[in-house]
Amino acid sequence: MISRRDFLKVGIATGGGLLLGFSTLAETRAADAVGAHANGPDASASTEPDFVPNAWVRIAPDGQITLVVSASEMGQGAMTVLPMLIAEELDAEWGRFVTEFAPASQTYANPLLGGQITGGSATVRGFYTKMREVGATAREMLLQAAARQWGVSANSLITEPGRVVHPASGRVAQYGDLAEAAASVPVPGSVMLKSEQDFRIIGKPTPRLDTPIKVNGQAGFGIDAQPEDVRTAVIERCPVFGGTVKSFDAAAAKAVKGVIEVIGLPHGVAVLARDYWTAEQGRQQLKIDWDPGHLADLSSEGITQALREGVEAKARTATKHGQGAAALPASGSKSVFRAVYQAPYLAHTCMEPMNCTAAVTDQGVTVWAPTQAQGKAQQAAAQAAGVDAAKVTVHTTFLGGGFGRRSEADFVTEAVTLAKRHGHPVKVVWSRPDDVQHDYYRPIAYNELAAELDAQGMPKTWVHRIAGPSIWQRVAPSRVKDGIDPSAVEGAADLPYGIPNLEVTYALIDPGVPVGFWRSVGHSQNAFVVECFLDELAAHGGHDPYEYRRKLLKGQPRYLGVLEKAAEMAGWGKKTLPKGHHHGIAVAKAFGSYCAQVAEVSIESGKPRVHKVYCAIDCGVAVNPAGIEAQMQSGIVYGLTAALSGKITLKDGRVQQQNFNDYPALRIDEMPTVEVAIVGSGVDSGHTIGGIGEPGLPPIAPAVVNALRAATGKPQRELPIQL
Amino acid sequence: MAKRPLAPCCPRRAMFHSLNQMLPDAAAGACDVIELTVNDRKLQLDVSEQMPLLWALRDYLGLTGTKFGCGAGLCGACTVHLDGKAVRSCVTPIASAKGKRVTTIEGLSAVSDHPVQLAWIAEDVPQCGYCQSGQIMQAAALLAEMPNPSDAQIDQAMAGNICRCGTYNRIKSAILRAAGNPNQNMALNAGAAVDSGLAQEATEVQS
Repeated sequence: MISRRDFLKVGIATGGGLLLGFSTLAETRAADAVGAHANGPDASASTEPDFVPNAWVRIAPDGQITLVVSASEMGQGAMTVLPMLIAEELDAEWGRFVTEFAPASQTYANPLLGGQITGGSATVRGFYTKMREVGATAREMLLQAAARQWGVSANSLITEPGRVVHPASGRVAQYGDLAEAAASVPVPGSVMLKSEQDFRIIGKPTPRLDTPIKVNGQAGFGIDAQPEDVRTAVIERCPVFGGTVKSFDAAAAKAVKGVIEVIGLPHGVAVLARDYWTAEQGRQQLKIDWDPGHLADLSSEGITQALREGVEAKARTATKHGQGAAALPASGSKSVFRAVYQAPYLAHTCMEPMNCTAAVTDQGVTVWAPTQAQGKAQQAAAQAAGVDAAKVTVHTTFLGGGFGRRSEADFVTEAVTLAKRHGHPVKVVWSRPDDVQHDYYRPIAYNELAAELDAQGMPKTWVHRIAGPSIWQRVAPSRVKDGIDPSAVEGAADLPYGIPNLEVTYALIDPGVPVGFWRSVGHSQNAFVVECFLDELAAHGGHDPYEYRRKLLKGQPRYLGVLEKAAEMAGWGKKTLPKGHHHGIAVAKAFGSYCAQVAEVSIESGKPRVHKVYCAIDCGVAVNPAGIEAQMQSGIVYGLTAALSGKITLKDGRVQQQNFNDYPALRIDEMPTVEVAIVGSGVDSGHTIGGIGEPGLPPIAPAVVNALRAATGKPQRELPIQL
Repeated sequence: MAKRPLAPCCPRRAMFHSLNQMLPDAAAGACDVIELTVNDRKLQLDVSEQMPLLWALRDYLGLTGTKFGCGAGLCGACTVHLDGKAVRSCVTPIASAKGKRVTTIEGLSAVSDHPVQLAWIAEDVPQCGYCQSGQIMQAAALLAEMPNPSDAQIDQAMAGNICRCGTYNRIKSAILRAAGNPNQNMALNAGAAVDSGLAQEATEVQS
């Protein structure tokens, strides 16, 4: 029997990529598994600090295979698609394994992002090759083990799902029977990956592994964490960004039956009770004197004015081709068209309000968090508790939506701070108004555009000036180079259209409202701006917007591929639409994938009604077509919600919206039917793999707005849509 | 729908324990013990009569399948049945549940085999899954009252339940399926059309 030490060696030898388990591992595994923890703060004590499960695959002698899922599951299907990649190359029986979420460890960093982050539509892009190698390495070791046992060459063996077979003799061994022997096999230096025609799993529409536990209430989200003796905390935060507590009177709050403690924090006051509702009752009795800080006068009007004034004055060039803006003739020329496009701040409103549960003991810190960024959560917890990060165990739960909001760790800091002060495990739960009013918002954007058309109505100069706050300035300032936040100009500075003179500028103007990643980030507004202005230009020259794009995308086969597919699906220019219905089209490349959409829209009772969306996506490699279809629908709904109603406004430094009544979400009776086609994708297509979680979003707003322009003849240059 | 893969274990389940052991503690207080029937179990709770049912279910009974979304009856994530009718438990004082049957997602069926749950699985509806308990409870109440709802009736009944992930198309398909009218156009088994030849057969992966 291999010793624990030897066992760890195997783990190290594989670069953290492989770990084959044994019977002696069973106990260790139970303590280690993300959710196999016993309840409560003592659970952290059972985690031996020197044992990080730096592994992706465990095969127990009883045949149970455990696959570790390194990315957070927030609806995008990571928990299904990553096991697909491992199982394909391991030749595991699909579904006959269990999964668990990885703990916080750099071992599980996404190779594309360099950190343990689920975002940027990077899960499959980052892990596609690595997870396949993990599976192939395990399979190779199982083959070698069987070869030794049977005294045959490994080349004479094949695998069938879950077992090794020696066809010449008919001998068969289940993976579990080989697990122990396989662990003493030298780790292969390199492994062969399957070729596309041998895939059994990759490329097949595959139902989600988490569906069964999401239809019976069993899936554990962050808000469901119930370590023993946990108290719920709600926090009254300063309504003005950056404001602090001057003083507070907790007497009335403490007098509420069931309130256990009231704790002052720099940015607010927390009320703790056994249950959420009682804590809220206490919260309503708080008397707090705020120091609102320097943003107390902030208003939407003031912010827009600052952006307008700075858009040219503070402009830094992000990209320039030909003569750039200098090519524009003096104002007054009839061939020059100008427009101002604006997009508002947006909240994320994940269905699961922000929350985090923490226990702080002498042994360390345990955090149960619906997080997109385990490393960041771990750091935030360590800082809040004043301990080394190695003392922090992060359990990733299911996420009730993420959309970028859960890449932040503010809720982790709050939970750990309160758990440490209070001495018992604490679950911080945000109300919906807390969630709407204390978000890291999609940046507001102010855009001035100018274009000159040639005699044929084709653009020969395109100038796009962007002003807005910067996400990277706050999150990672080194990403802002020469004053340009790449996320603010993505989808604009890399304009695909063949225009001889191009200039895109960016003015970083930060009014102070916290901004963060919001599904598809800069593309969420830039696709709207670019694709709608282009549509306006097409109309000026009397061109069909689809044909106009085709001309300008000459030599861009992947853009053309999705554009033509979406048009074909919709019957663009061919199909007779019902009276009052109009088509709009848009295309965008984001996160390595190309997506075009045609929206069929009418106006009902003065409001836009989106009947149908035809969506064509080229993501290079389509690992799970069923998941891709779902993510296209998802991006469309998220983007459509924003286009139709999303707007965060400020007055006196305070967000004016607070719940789904004044910050609405699209409902089923407003939902268009969505048809999805996957084009041009295949492992052997030679295309790099693209993302899926975000690329479905950017084209929807412009497709709808362009359809409305077709319907009304009037451009719509500000979101949300106002007819 | 053919064979499903085995459900993965829910790795977090251990900490989401039923808080039954907390009940004696909850009932230790002297006054206002409220009697409830939840998922066919008679229970006693010592909490304020004004406490919304949602928090009694989640924080005292450990029935966390019912979700908190808005606290104002705007999103439907907290939908449960009161004597078979769908209600928003976040705005339903526990007092109004006295003497009535409360059914949560955990009690909808014994082994996740309510027709709505089976349809949900067949259509692979959930994404993040957070709103799905409420969606399913709402759909189950709809079908109990209206076994063959039209599209418009589904829209009307389900419009109070928000899904931010955008599972609406599949929700509609699942309801039609549960009603015995699977909409083949929208069913998962039709799959997304794939042009590349990579995944010609739109079948489920099976071993």
